[in-house]
Amino acid sequence: MTMKKIIIAASLALSVAAVAFAEESKAPAGAPGGTPAASAPAASTTPAAPVMKVETAQPAGPAAAAPAAPKKKELKADRTITISMFAIIIGITMAVVVWAAKQTKSASDFYAAGGGITGTQNGWAIAGDYMSAASFLGISGLISLYGYDGFMYSVGWLVAYITVLLIVAEPCRNAGKYTLGDILSFRTSPKPVRAFAAISTVSVSTFYLTAQMVGAGKLMALLVGIPYKTSIIGVGILMVGYVVFGGMVATTWVQIIKAGLLMSGAFLLSFLVMMKAGFNPIGFFDQIVANPDIQDHVSKLVLKDGVILAGMDAGQRFLEPGLYLKNPLDQISLGMALVLGTAGMPHILMRFFTVPTAQAARKSVIIAMFIIGGFYVLTTLLGFGAAINLTPQGITAVDPGGNMATLMLAQQMGAEIAPVLGDLFLAFLCAVAFATILAVVSGLVLAASAAIAHDIYVNVIKDGHADQHEQVRAARITSFVVGACGIVIGIAAEKQNVAHLVALAFAVAASGNLPVVVLSLFWRKFNTAGVISGLVVGTVASIALVMVSPNMTYPKVEAAKAHKVVVAMEKKMASLAPGATLPEKDLKALEKARKDEKQDGTSIVGLDKPLFTLKNPGIVSIPLGFMAALLGALAFPSRRSEEMFDEVYVRQNTGLGMAKAVEH
Amino acid sequence: MAEKKYDWSAIAKNPKFVELHHKKTAFLFGWWIFSCVYYFLLPIGAAYTPGIFKVKIIGAVNFGYLFALSQFFVSWGLALYYAHVANKDFDRLTRELIDELHL
Repeated sequence: MTMKKIIIAASLALSVAAVAFAEESKAPAGAPGGTPAASAPAASTTPAAPVMKVETAQPAGPAAAAPAAPKKKELKADRTITISMFAIIIGITMAVVVWAAKQTKSASDFYAAGGGITGTQNGWAIAGDYMSAASFLGISGLISLYGYDGFMYSVGWLVAYITVLLIVAEPCRNAGKYTLGDILSFRTSPKPVRAFAAISTVSVSTFYLTAQMVGAGKLMALLVGIPYKTSIIGVGILMVGYVVFGGMVATTWVQIIKAGLLMSGAFLLSFLVMMKAGFNPIGFFDQIVANPDIQDHVSKLVLKDGVILAGMDAGQRFLEPGLYLKNPLDQISLGMALVLGTAGMPHILMRFFTVPTAQAARKSVIIAMFIIGGFYVLTTLLGFGAAINLTPQGITAVDPGGNMATLMLAQQMGAEIAPVLGDLFLAFLCAVAFATILAVVSGLVLAASAAIAHDIYVNVIKDGHADQHEQVRAARITSFVVGACGIVIGIAAEKQNVAHLVALAFAVAASGNLPVVVLSLFWRKFNTAGVISGLVVGTVASIALVMVSPNMTYPKVEAAKAHKVVVAMEKKMASLAPGATLPEKDLKALEKARKDEKQDGTSIVGLDKPLFTLKNPGIVSIPLGFMAALLGALAFPSRRSEEMFDEVYVRQNTGLGMAKAVEH
Repeated sequence: MAEKKYDWSAIAKNPKFVELHHKKTAFLFGWWIFSCVYYFLLPIGAAYTPGIFKVKIIGAVNFGYLFALSQFFVSWGLALYYAHVANKDFDRLTRELIDELHL
């Protein structure tokens, strides 16, 4: 009994622990509006500062965290139109929930929509589950400010699905039921394996959920002026409502609706951009290169690296790599986390249990790949279109991270046809962002509650003896609690820097979950010890490396940077003609730097500077996770696990015996 | 549990299953490795051979851009190719195996 309580306490503690990982933001009190530093490139420092910190990419993408407070310009959506569009989305999705609630009777209905989702529907739902507001707003923003690197950054998010398609989708459909724990516990000791799988699922989901909730609150506050707390509570109530009452059926349809809205918005906007460019893609690129504002923006960017470029050369440089992603090792590390982590994400794995057959699972991944890939290709048009039509200077004036680029573009493209269309189009895209947030958080809440209710409550505590009614009730109560925790964490993390949490979620999924899933399905000698050591080492290594990485705030490093600014500014001041003063923005930067220079102390784990120099731990933690899983299994061989391999292997390849897995 | 009992190890030794398993393993892991290599050429190439990425191909469009764009088409192409092979070969072998076992 005590053991069970410990497990429950541990999983709950882990969800709360996300707040601790979301370390105190460095958000300087002096920053305008006091908004926490965004994950966005460069958004964390004032653009006026001479020592501009160009951060390497975070999968979080800019929109997941706060776009910094608008300074010179503002982008405000028309409240009435936007709120009515939100109301329409809420109305439609609520109708779906009422309809879905009637169909949700058994545990299989709740977790897997009774296996009754078609391949095509599931494909749209996967796309809806996967594309967060960060990819929607953040990547086009990166392209509008850094050109080629933004595009290159988006590639990994699609390539990740090759792993899902070839390695995990069909075997998981054939060998699993509702959760990661089902796949892993097949030929191992079910209780400890399920408990560890649940802890890993809950931690991945919570990291991701925290980043999404904070991003949602910030975005809503910025766009429609709804206060942060109100936004979080509103989003939280909707998310709990979808999951508790409608289970997987409602979540699936919310995701399908979102993916449809997102794709129509992206198509429409790209169409307008291309229409303006005369539907000539080559001419479109020539326009980018010849644009004087882009040329000026690029020459300023490269000047920081001591390179002098001007005119067409600077314009061409916008289409070449290296303006934003400066650390190739970090890039490769992120690529590894994406390529392996997506296939280990519990909310993505869970989608494969909703289709009836392996063929449907295959079809759904392929459809999802076309939707996701198509979206990223359109994102290029949106990003470059924003750079041409709004100028990078105009975009950074609203948000230094570029997160608002797509929305500004929508407003302008609409307004060029008719002013009211601008407001309407902007409101529509805000509504798409809103639907995006709802779809992603619902999927995460469902995955986390399935792990707690199905793995821990039903199979560990109740030894699998719970009737359908009790299982559904447990699932609903757990979803409610998980959702409520999500709201509390979202509110608590308002002032925290959450950008690294998405990177962390992918790293844990890639280093902890994926190795054990693959080895369970494909390696005869794999067993309980392997699962547990793989999950623990992969998860702990990822978290530990992020804790000592440059993602955390190091007051002494910040102070040293601020000191450089002070020195540079003082030099500039000394070189001025007598009587002249620095421009206002330089004075402000100097004042802020002087304050920051006095910072002292250590990061939350007590370090003066990062121990691990990469922001993405994958390149180290993934091999560690695999090694631990292999060594654990070899050190404690289990005959039973080896004997049962034939069954798992035949099942995962052929789908034999699957009917049992669905009905049971 | 009224379900049918399968003799899993016998099925695992069935020649049809062995054929399915060999074909599938070679295909899946082979193409997975190919896609990883092709993908990682992008960040590695962008970082260490920027000269190649800068070569202009059509108008202002350079090799780097086309290479990044090709990643999408290679992924889609691979997905469709896999669907084709799976529908034609793997599913057929699976069906034949199940028929043979009279299940």
